[in-house]
Amino acid sequence: MLTVRDLDVWFGHPPDRVDAVSAASFSVASGESFGLVGESGSGKSTILRAITGLIGTWSGTITVDGQPVTGQHRSKAFHKTVQMVFQDPYASLHPRHSVDRVLSETLHLQGMDQIDRRITALLDSVGLGRGFRFRYPHQLSGGQRQRVAIARALAAEPRLLLLDEPTSALDVSVQAEILNLLSDLRRERGLTYVMVSHDLAVVAHMCDRLAVMRAGRVIEEMPASALRAGTAVSDYARALIAASASYQPA
Amino acid sequence: MSPLLSLRNLRVSFPTRSGTFDAVRGVSFDLGRERLGVVGESGSGKSMTGRAILGLVRPPGRVSADRMELDGESILNLPERRMRQLRGARISMVMQDPKFSLNPVMTIGRQITEGYRLHSGQSAAAARQKALDMLEAVQIRDPERVFNAYPHEISGGMGQRVMIAMMLAPDPEILIADEPTSALDVSVRNEVLNIMDKLVRDRGMGLIFISHDLNLVGQFCDRVLIMYAGRVVEELPARELHNARHPYTRGLLDSLPRLDRPVGRLAVLQRQDSWRDAEITTPLPEGL
Repeated sequence: MLTVRDLDVWFGHPPDRVDAVSAASFSVASGESFGLVGESGSGKSTILRAITGLIGTWSGTITVDGQPVTGQHRSKAFHKTVQMVFQDPYASLHPRHSVDRVLSETLHLQGMDQIDRRITALLDSVGLGRGFRFRYPHQLSGGQRQRVAIARALAAEPRLLLLDEPTSALDVSVQAEILNLLSDLRRERGLTYVMVSHDLAVVAHMCDRLAVMRAGRVIEEMPASALRAGTAVSDYARALIAASASYQPA
Repeated sequence: MSPLLSLRNLRVSFPTRSGTFDAVRGVSFDLGRERLGVVGESGSGKSMTGRAILGLVRPPGRVSADRMELDGESILNLPERRMRQLRGARISMVMQDPKFSLNPVMTIGRQITEGYRLHSGQSAAAARQKALDMLEAVQIRDPERVFNAYPHEISGGMGQRVMIAMMLAPDPEILIADEPTSALDVSVRNEVLNIMDKLVRDRGMGLIFISHDLNLVGQFCDRVLIMYAGRVVEELPARELHNARHPYTRGLLDSLPRLDRPVGRLAVLQRQDSWRDAEITTPLPEGL
């Protein structure tokens, strides 16, 4: 479904050029859920942004569903296949657009018909009743906003969802609801996920495999079972897992 | 031993167009020389409790309590002049995000020495030495460089350590830390916690550690208060957290994904209206 080979992403020009991602490679099979973990600045979100064309300064190969993508431009077909959900539901919805407008605009852009029926179906599928259709973001809680953001991503009927820390701005009880919703949607629709998170327990819960990143490089790829069993190979991954699992007084 | 801080029936309310909103509804606890965790979700009133103790609730917000005492002396609704002498000197607060809490156009050194000189009346040279010592105490390797740096020139983890250094320079008796590590990576987080832990032990400080992270509080603190809708619904020793009895605490614990316990579906918290007002079963200090 998604292949990334020798991906370099950089910002700025020499001598101030910053290499955010260096020689990252991984591939995600159709229907799989793949995690990218690492500390701030390790380049995990940057990879997602390069895939969707939000960053143009990259080299290497990115192939989505067998089709290579280039530069910053993405075809209509790409957006029908790939959609993204962002970290902060308070920032990713237009404050003056109602839920109805957010969804109908997306559906129009995707050239969909029967918009009215589709909006109702989308709201149902993310567990928001029809009563939410004409609300504005400020009338919604954080979890409800993230549901709207997920509904917007689903509007194009994509097969690959890029999830950038989808629950890190939410309370734990709301996080559980959103993670359950994402699991259900993946099962019902056969979606493929690439999920970025700093929370190893969330990734172990949601993903089949994951890559550990540090300073722009993929340090190690492992199945989620290795994360749970603590059988990571590299020293860095082991240290990261130990530090996340518990606080040990020095 | 008498407590450092004693609170009884603390209430914080804000007038709104649709009536009075009670952010904190009768919180009572005693703080000794210990690490007290205050846990709850957004809107549970945990941060507002911390702000009320420091006298930082702005009008039209109102703070009332049957008792709010620091070392046996009432600090409830003190005039701002009096409060300013206490704040920083005897009770200090570390906020969540150094990006928004440090002055961006003032060097780190000036920010640390400003508060210290105000409260101690020391000379500029003594304050500078104190600041460098504090930066070293929070394990900043190159204190001279950081002293002269502006906030944008240091990392988030360093910024948080700078904040702790700044708050601890006047040697307060109580430190209120509001989500001090939420914006930090795990490796830096553990370092910052170690520093706070050491300072609590070495200086006999009382620490109020406000957090939404149950696991962290369970591992780091001595005692935990769980807040829901402006009230403390359960109080227990931190190492007993996994044996919590209140359904809200249990619900929070169960909704967390865990590395050591894979589940197909996460448990979802079913909120009960009764949690807002039901009798609290955990004994509070002095049997209140």
